[in-house]
Amino acid sequence: MSAIAGRGVEAALAAGAGEAEAFASRDSGREVRVHGGEVESLTAATQGGVGIRAWIGDRVGYAYGTDLSEGGVGAIAARAAEAAAIADEDAAATPPAPAAIEALPGLSDPSVAAWTTARAAELALSVERTALAAERRVVGVEQVVYADSAERVAIASSAGVAGEYESSDCFAYLQALAEGDEGRETGLGFGLARGPEDLDPEAIGREGASRAIAMIGASKPASRSCPVLLDQTVAASFAGLIGGALGANAVQRGRSPFAERLGEEVASGALVLHDDGRDPAGSASAPFDGEGVPRRRTALIEGGRLRAFLHDTYTANREGVESTGNAVRTGYRSQPRVATSNLIVGSGTASFEELLAAAGDGVFVTDVAGLHSGVNPVTGVFSVGASGRAIRAGELAEPLREFTIAGDLVAMLGSVRAAGAEPRWVPFGGSVRTPPVLIGAMAVSGS
Amino acid sequence: MSELLEPAVAERVLARALANGGRFAEVFAERRHGLSTSIDESRIEAVQSGAEEGAGVRVVDGATTYFAHVDGLDPADLERAAGEAAAAVRGERREPRALEAVAPTPLPIERRPEEVPAERKAALLRELDERARTQGGEIVQFTSSYAEARRQVTVANSEGLLSGDDRTRVRIGAQAVARRGDAVETGAETLGGHRGFELLEDDPGAIAEQAARKALTLLDAGPAPSGSMPVVVGGGFGGVLFHEMTGHGLEADHIQKGASVYVGKLGEPVAQPLLNAYDDGRLPGEWGSDAIDDEGAPTQKTQVIEEGRLSAYLYDRLTAERDGVAPTGNGRRESFRHLPIPRMTNTYIAPGEATPEAMIAELERGFYAVSFAGGQVDPATGDFVFGVSEGYLIEAGRVTRPCRGATLIGNCLEALMAIDAVGDDFFMKTGICGKGGQKAPVGTGQGHVRVGAMTVGGTEV
Repeated sequence: MSAIAGRGVEAALAAGAGEAEAFASRDSGREVRVHGGEVESLTAATQGGVGIRAWIGDRVGYAYGTDLSEGGVGAIAARAAEAAAIADEDAAATPPAPAAIEALPGLSDPSVAAWTTARAAELALSVERTALAAERRVVGVEQVVYADSAERVAIASSAGVAGEYESSDCFAYLQALAEGDEGRETGLGFGLARGPEDLDPEAIGREGASRAIAMIGASKPASRSCPVLLDQTVAASFAGLIGGALGANAVQRGRSPFAERLGEEVASGALVLHDDGRDPAGSASAPFDGEGVPRRRTALIEGGRLRAFLHDTYTANREGVESTGNAVRTGYRSQPRVATSNLIVGSGTASFEELLAAAGDGVFVTDVAGLHSGVNPVTGVFSVGASGRAIRAGELAEPLREFTIAGDLVAMLGSVRAAGAEPRWVPFGGSVRTPPVLIGAMAVSGS
Repeated sequence: MSELLEPAVAERVLARALANGGRFAEVFAERRHGLSTSIDESRIEAVQSGAEEGAGVRVVDGATTYFAHVDGLDPADLERAAGEAAAAVRGERREPRALEAVAPTPLPIERRPEEVPAERKAALLRELDERARTQGGEIVQFTSSYAEARRQVTVANSEGLLSGDDRTRVRIGAQAVARRGDAVETGAETLGGHRGFELLEDDPGAIAEQAARKALTLLDAGPAPSGSMPVVVGGGFGGVLFHEMTGHGLEADHIQKGASVYVGKLGEPVAQPLLNAYDDGRLPGEWGSDAIDDEGAPTQKTQVIEEGRLSAYLYDRLTAERDGVAPTGNGRRESFRHLPIPRMTNTYIAPGEATPEAMIAELERGFYAVSFAGGQVDPATGDFVFGVSEGYLIEAGRVTRPCRGATLIGNCLEALMAIDAVGDDFFMKTGICGKGGQKAPVGTGQGHVRVGAMTVGGTEV
């Protein structure tokens, strides 16, 4: 991989670039889909490619492709140089300087390679069996998906950046169907790990079943403003939105509700938020980011104050600060841009029961829908569909559906009353580790 | 198309795929080229050029599909992928039928975007930037994007089909941010089609103006109301309501798994008799159109609701086979790295007879959702949610004030039945639909539509 990246850099320089960077990756993966006790599909995949950034003066362009032959890489490099010629000059667009990269063990799990596909299929089938056996009202499973992949990534640049690492990932999830008097309910169960050895198929199946059953007989809540307890999956989705708004690119361009608020009080003291690109348990962890800058941990919100924004080299240059190692790529097809790595919401001391008691009378939200359309990332104003359970006298009561929760992200942070004691890794909103979070008051709109 | 995959190579790959048995095998080869760029802070940036090729091979045996894909179109790699797909199949070798090439006519492209100089594309974005900023000093930010993509595909299968398509799409988007004191609002608009650069010959700058106008209008917005009320939905992208509410529930994979509220409802009334709706993959120049689907079936026009009754589901090859019906040309995949699944193409509510003015005038109090940021549905329960990007309050038969941050929420069976007026002002808009981790370009369309009662979720409680 490093050799391909090195060739990409040389080819771009030969094509007229003053500076160049190449990011190469190759991964192999598989996916198993299971339905009704049978394997519905088995996918085996290998893919690889290179993405090249070429700088000509203060202009930068990007090109990528899958042809890794010498001629192919040369053609990609030439297209990167052509792309640079179209861009306008931007003095902040410079390649990152090389920095010492500390190795990060634990990203790759040998069980991904060791498990046969038949064994992976058996894991997916046992997720389905567990869900179906959990309760008679579970009438089916829409699908169980198991997927894993092993990836090798390398980066090289004319400035001297050089790095390579391997990582693996796997996950399984299902959508269980439960039948009530008024129709079907769905429930999601999921698990993620570095390798299949660390997945618990029974826990995944049980979660899907219990979430679906819990929704049977759901009705709309009355519209009001009340305490709202977010479960970990929902808290993670909101943390992801907040993390996105803390990216310096949005902030510098006046497209974030946190713009010009560095150092100010933006949250209640109960909410602590970090970005950690090196936590080995986090699926987004790596020794370096998408442009070869070492990953690190960054305190974003502490003591209620906004401590930092997330930077890549470009946004850091614009302010004369250091990159926080948050240049993210979704593979060789994407140019690096500022984004969160793993978001860590600080855990508190309250048990789930204590959170319910503190809420008193309110709503426990277990699912949100429409996040991509119901949130304005520029203003932070949101209104999203939700479902969950009523909280009465500090205890879980009847299921609720077809309501919205609305507000704005900054006001919501200020209204956080407590973070629970039980965190979980969630693949929504990026890669997030969060406990349940109790919000003092939010607008709930139902009947 | 033989350029992507020689018939002799395709035959070898298919034979290899059926070496261990299976009732069906297919190879899907693809070459894609694209260029995208954007303007932000009045500066052209993020110029990106991509070129990929590869193929996916699948073997179907019993209820199981075995799939393998590779980057590149080297015949040896394709045969290896076929071997990988066939590895877990246990049966007697089967021989694929001899290939018979058909050559569907791709949608016409008048002006190939890759032949238009890059400077012209940059100039276009500068034009949009200028247009938006001249709408007023309160426009403080403007971004606009340009994207062109060409997908050449060849599909061959063990039943002797050899077909292909050559698809070019162009799309531009505009997003404006307006500020007045502490109030910040955004507005967005897009224009796209299965067309070449000719798409942009009329007045592409109009979308910049529209995006800016939306953002400026919203500066005067108050909080959105909450509760159940009549909702008038705008034309064009308002059709995303039908796409989410009903379209997904008609995709045959959801139906066959019992994960749709439309199971067993063929022929049943699901809407008022005034409602007719279609999925049409052949609409000339439209964003969701193609000559063939990604399994080689010709695209077609399918009436899904006929005078209020459910009249068809949307099928790909495997789901059609399972139901013993003909495929409807809805087998689509994001790329050669994905398996085809039943997907909508261009889905729309056919024009009715009402006028938007009359629909609004009849309401004592209601909500006017001109456009959406998007939406989402759980086809199994029918629960949906839509984010309103431009909405107004209706009072005493008049549109009174803009509202920010509204969401529409409900259940599709009830909401579809509650449509009591369909407008005559029909038009189509573009969308990117996500399903099963795959993105697909889809068209949505309608004239104004009125839903008798729907829950509006705002901040005003």
